[in-house]
Amino acid sequence: MATDTTVSRDHILETFREQLAGFEVKPDQVAEDSSFDVLGLDSLDVVELSVRVEDVYGIDIEEDDLENVTTIGNAIDVVLRKISEKS
Amino acid sequence: MGDGVRDGIALVTGASRGIGRAIAFRLAADGWPVAVNYRTDDEGAKETVVRIEDRGGDALLAQGDVSSRDGIEEAFSAAEERGPVLVLVNNAGVTRDGLAMMMKPENWDTVIRTNLDGAFWACRRAMKKMVTARWGRIVNIASVVGVKGHAGQANYAAAKAGLIGLTRSLALELATRGITANAVAPGFVRTQITEALGDERLAQIVEATPIGREIQPEEVAAAVGFLVSEDAAAITGQVLCVDGGMTA
Repeated sequence: MATDTTVSRDHILETFREQLAGFEVKPDQVAEDSSFDVLGLDSLDVVELSVRVEDVYGIDIEEDDLENVTTIGNAIDVVLRKISEKS
Repeated sequence: MGDGVRDGIALVTGASRGIGRAIAFRLAADGWPVAVNYRTDDEGAKETVVRIEDRGGDALLAQGDVSSRDGIEEAFSAAEERGPVLVLVNNAGVTRDGLAMMMKPENWDTVIRTNLDGAFWACRRAMKKMVTARWGRIVNIASVVGVKGHAGQANYAAAKAGLIGLTRSLALELATRGITANAVAPGFVRTQITEALGDERLAQIVEATPIGREIQPEEVAAAVGFLVSEDAAAITGQVLCVDGGMTA
């Protein structure tokens, strides 16, 4: 579990790529502007993905945090905010 | 580790006595490490753990009042010392019987909070780990009174009926993740809870049970053991009545 509070966007993007492999999404399909819809993720997939990312960074993502999150870039914003709040 | 047992732990709420203890025994016998949850009866809970260990099983104490989210967190934190909770049995329950038109607000609130709210928050707490493991078993201990109603138990019946609705909804939400959610609805099992009904009422209930006797806690536990097993992987969103034919 990471405790580094200066995690970069690129690092988080890489984490999403790693975790999305479990959803049969290839790393080269994943960019900041990739939408979950286009990646073929349904709402439960997004929740599962958020849980996996929570475990990586030791953060707690709530339902409200996922409102209006439709792309990987949006999700990276949430992760950065949560890491910042934790520190 | 027995057949079908995963790398995790089974948490049984309210396992210091009665049906919960029998479920803990059964899951331990099936090879699961068991977290024995209790609220205040630490002697009873310790006895459950010792008896499991005496039979070669693996168990630990997981104290926590599951009528509160803090208490649920305490119980899960203790259980997770041994691994993720991949089997959750929501058994803890209370009764505060009385006719609906005279029911005190606190008696309604207490029963709903423990029997329904507590089960929901425990499910919610467990689901995240189950989803990432892509395997899990949720078994909610309901009651025949949640299926057919019972005079003097509007609060308990409403909570148990709510638990059945919760179970069915979770089953649909989680079906694609290898997680099943089922309810077991016992009929009349003589426990400390049912003793409060009094001998006359208890005799009437036995008479209304087609098999003509009380249900044993071990018979409820056997149903739970089955629903947790790999044999029941295709069974989800169901209510298994262990009621001697009361709802037939």
